[in-house]
Amino acid sequence: MKIPTIKGYRRENGRVGIRNHVIILPVDDISNAACEAVANNIKGTLALPHAYGRLQFGEDLELFFRTMIGTGANPNVAAVVVIGIEPGWTQRIVDGIAKTGKPVAGFSIERFGDIATIANASRKALEYVQWASELERTSCKFNELYISVKCGESDTTTGLSSCPTVGNVMDKAIAMGGTASFGETSELTGGEHIVRAKAVNEKVAHQFDAIFKDYQDMIMKEKTDDLSESQPTKGNIRGGLTTIEEKALGNIEKLGKKTKFVGCLKPAEAPAGKGFYFMDTSSAAAEAVTLWAASGAVVHLFPTGQGNIIGNPIEPVIKISGNPLTCLTMGEHIDHNVSAILRGEMTVDEAGDELIDMIVRTANGRLTAAEALGHREFVLTKLYRSA
Amino acid sequence: MIEFLMHVEKDTVGVAVVDIKAGTQVSGRTLHGNAKPKLKALMDIPLGHKIAMQDFKPGDTVIKYGEDIGKVVAPIKKGDHVHVHNVKTKRW
Repeated sequence: MKIPTIKGYRRENGRVGIRNHVIILPVDDISNAACEAVANNIKGTLALPHAYGRLQFGEDLELFFRTMIGTGANPNVAAVVVIGIEPGWTQRIVDGIAKTGKPVAGFSIERFGDIATIANASRKALEYVQWASELERTSCKFNELYISVKCGESDTTTGLSSCPTVGNVMDKAIAMGGTASFGETSELTGGEHIVRAKAVNEKVAHQFDAIFKDYQDMIMKEKTDDLSESQPTKGNIRGGLTTIEEKALGNIEKLGKKTKFVGCLKPAEAPAGKGFYFMDTSSAAAEAVTLWAASGAVVHLFPTGQGNIIGNPIEPVIKISGNPLTCLTMGEHIDHNVSAILRGEMTVDEAGDELIDMIVRTANGRLTAAEALGHREFVLTKLYRSA
Repeated sequence: MIEFLMHVEKDTVGVAVVDIKAGTQVSGRTLHGNAKPKLKALMDIPLGHKIAMQDFKPGDTVIKYGEDIGKVVAPIKKGDHVHVHNVKTKRW
């Protein structure tokens, strides 16, 4: 298949983005108000409020910094204003983002107060948004897009149609020399032997085994029942999925028929090179997509059965559904309807080609359903309680 | 016109692609392969839910995608609705 051309934003470090956001990034929960005030003052900027950033420690703190720095570093982001309560962690995030070469400035609230901080940060945000608004899209290649994949509110139709469609795109995109990532560690349960067999070599397979076992051990330690209604969810069950094994086997259809994965990533870790990567993520949609956006993914493919409505503030989320009832009753959330597969009127290969066309259109600027509806779920993954 | 799909021929359940009414004759096909199974639905089976392709007894394994998707916990007749009331996970 010929590699399509897209119109993207080539950033200072050579990476290709498909959106041009100026974000106002709080270091911590108590700086959300200042960030939202700046975004209200300066139109065209986007505040990313979140719930954490205080008293975290150890691996949980490392994940926090990886997520914040990675979000600012994402090629869909043109420039960043960082606001935190104190200067130390604020500067750590600023320095991390600055490695990309993009404009970034930090402001801290202690010894200034909210009002002076908001005024100072607003002036910088104004400068950034006017600069960013003059950046132009240029010709880039489809295989320069880092794509993430995860399904949600799946049902039996996702395993029959929308997940195989994404798998078909993975086979084609990786064959073009692209980069992509899948995850959902707990939701591979029952199909982990199939995933393991898709590792490129025994070393990567062992890494996958260790991550999978670690997540299973956590579930076995914390569980109080067989997880019915959590995994599968109430929505999954309503849609006809009975067990985690059945859900996982549908999920795994997204991995394609012939593609091998070349490495395992920690949550929010950026891939080291081209190819298909497994990332250790939760299976909760907003948490997982936030981790992929922080790892640098610029577009997400999201198959859904019953109709998960998730979006992300910086990474456009393309929804694919093959459930005719969902496409009928909540069509405003669906970007790519593949229900013709269930009627036997469309092949998975045809649906995959159409999805690649939708990725190209989205990359060129078409707003996804989730973007148009204002879905900006920015949800940090927290590994354990704060100190 | 088909009423249900199966992933592969060895699957012991099919997936309704329309709302199936109890007592009707239904036809299906496999997504991979050429099988064209037919049977009588014994219960109402909503779109997306599973229909039993054979009889099962408690302890039996249910096969879908050619793989194990869980264990039978209540007797199931060919044509019955297969779901959380008669199948449970073997994990967790």
